[in-house]
Amino acid sequence: MQASELWDIVACSLFVSGTAVAISAVVGVPLGVVLGLAKFPGRGAILAVVQTGMALPPVVVGLAIYLLLSRGGPLGAWGWLFTPRAMILAQVILSLPFIVGIIVHAIESLPTELPGQIRALGATTRQLHWTLVGEARAGVLLAIATAFSRSISEVGAVLLVGGNIKGHTRVLTTAIILETSQGAFGFAIGLGVVLLAIALAANLVMIRWLRRTPR
Amino acid sequence: MTIAAAELIDVRKQRGPGFALEVPRLEIRPGEIVCILGPTGAGKSTLLSLLAAAATPDDGEVRVGGQPLRGDRTPVELRRTVATTYQRPLMLSGSVRRNVEFGLRLRGEAPATHAGAVLGRLGLLSLAKRTAATLSGGEMQLAAIARALVLRPALLLLDEPTASLDAARVGLVEDAIRQSVSDAGMAVVWTTHNLFQARRVADRVALLLDGRLIEVAETDSFFHRPEDPRTAAFVEGRFIY
Repeated sequence: MQASELWDIVACSLFVSGTAVAISAVVGVPLGVVLGLAKFPGRGAILAVVQTGMALPPVVVGLAIYLLLSRGGPLGAWGWLFTPRAMILAQVILSLPFIVGIIVHAIESLPTELPGQIRALGATTRQLHWTLVGEARAGVLLAIATAFSRSISEVGAVLLVGGNIKGHTRVLTTAIILETSQGAFGFAIGLGVVLLAIALAANLVMIRWLRRTPR
Repeated sequence: MTIAAAELIDVRKQRGPGFALEVPRLEIRPGEIVCILGPTGAGKSTLLSLLAAAATPDDGEVRVGGQPLRGDRTPVELRRTVATTYQRPLMLSGSVRRNVEFGLRLRGEAPATHAGAVLGRLGLLSLAKRTAATLSGGEMQLAAIARALVLRPALLLLDEPTASLDAARVGLVEDAIRQSVSDAGMAVVWTTHNLFQARRVADRVALLLDGRLIEVAETDSFFHRPEDPRTAAFVEGRFIY
C-alpha cells in the first residue's frame, strides 16, 4: 500500500465519520435539549426508543440501508449505494441515539430551577436552549465524543453499504478487515494504531475545549 | 393617567389541593417599593411567579406596564421589562462579572459601564473575576441582585433577597435597591419575613395569609393604623395562623 492510498483511507474515514457526527450533532443536540426540557405524554416512549437506538447492531442497520438503497429498493433511484453518502447515512442512524440520549441526561441533570431563572433574565427560547447547552457542555461534548468514537471504529454497516471500494469508500476499519483477510497483519495493526491515534486526538481536542471556562 | 407598573385583577391561582392564591386587586405603581409580608406558605412566591410570567393565573389577569402577561407565551419584550431574584439563585458557569452581564448579552447590549457601578454598590468588585460557582450562598444572592439591577427593569421582583445575608450586606442591598429605584424609577415587589426591613424600605406593605390578600396600605398606616385585625396581630407578632 502506498502512502497516498493510506491518506485516502484516513481522509475518507475522517470525512465519513466527521460528516455523520456533524449531522447527528446538528439534529441531535436541539432534539436532546427539547426532550430534556419538555414534559408531554409519550415522552417516556420516545426516550425508550432513543435508548434502544444506542444498542442498534451496526450490521442490521447496514443491511436495512443496503435494502433501502439497492437498485430494487425504495430509495434505489438515489444511487447512493457504495458511496460515502450511504456510509454517512448509516453512521448518522447509529450515532444519533447516542447524542440525543446523552444530551437528554445532561439537561435533566441541571438544576430544575435553572431554565426558569435563565428565562427570567430575558432569554428567548433559543437563547435558553443555547445557554443550557453551554451549562451542560460536559455532557454535550461527551455525547459528540462518544458518537465520533462509535462512528470512526464502526465496520459492519460501512462495509455493507460502502463496499470497501479502493479510493472511494475504503475507510480504516474496512481496510483493516481487508489487510487481515490477506494476511498482512503488520499493516492491519499499523492501520489500527492510526485509528486509535485519531480517536485519541479527537478526544484530547474535546477535553481541551471542555476545560475552557467561559469568562 | 399613569400606567401601573403591574396589576393583579381578580387573580386566582391554585397551587396543590389545599391552597389557592386569591388577589382581588393589587396595583404596583412606578417608582415604589411594595413589600409583601406573610408567613411561609402564604403565597408570596406564587404571587411573584405570576408577576414574572413564570405561571399563569387560573382566573383573572396579571398586567405589566398595562399589557397582559400570558405565562410562557408572554412576548419576550414584555418579559424583559421584569427582572426577578430568587430565594435560591443559581449561577451560570464562568465569572461573577459574566453572570452579572448575562442579561445584557441576551438583549444584545454591550456590557455597560453601570455593570461595574452595580457590582461596586453591592461590594462585589473584588469578586468580579471569581468563578461564580465558588461563591458563598450570601455572595451568590448579592450577585443575583446585581444581575437583576444591571438590567434596569421597569419591575423588579425580589423573593426574600436578603434571607442569607449578614446585617452589613442587608444594608448594602437595601441602599442599592433604593438607589436604583430613585435612579431608574423602577417599581419593586419585595417579599420578606422581616417586619423591620419592610418598615425601612417599603412605600407600601401588603399582607398575605393562606393565599388571601388581607391588607395593602402605606407603610406607616400598615404598621401603626392597620385596618384589619389580622394585620394588627401580625405586626404585633401575635399568633394568627
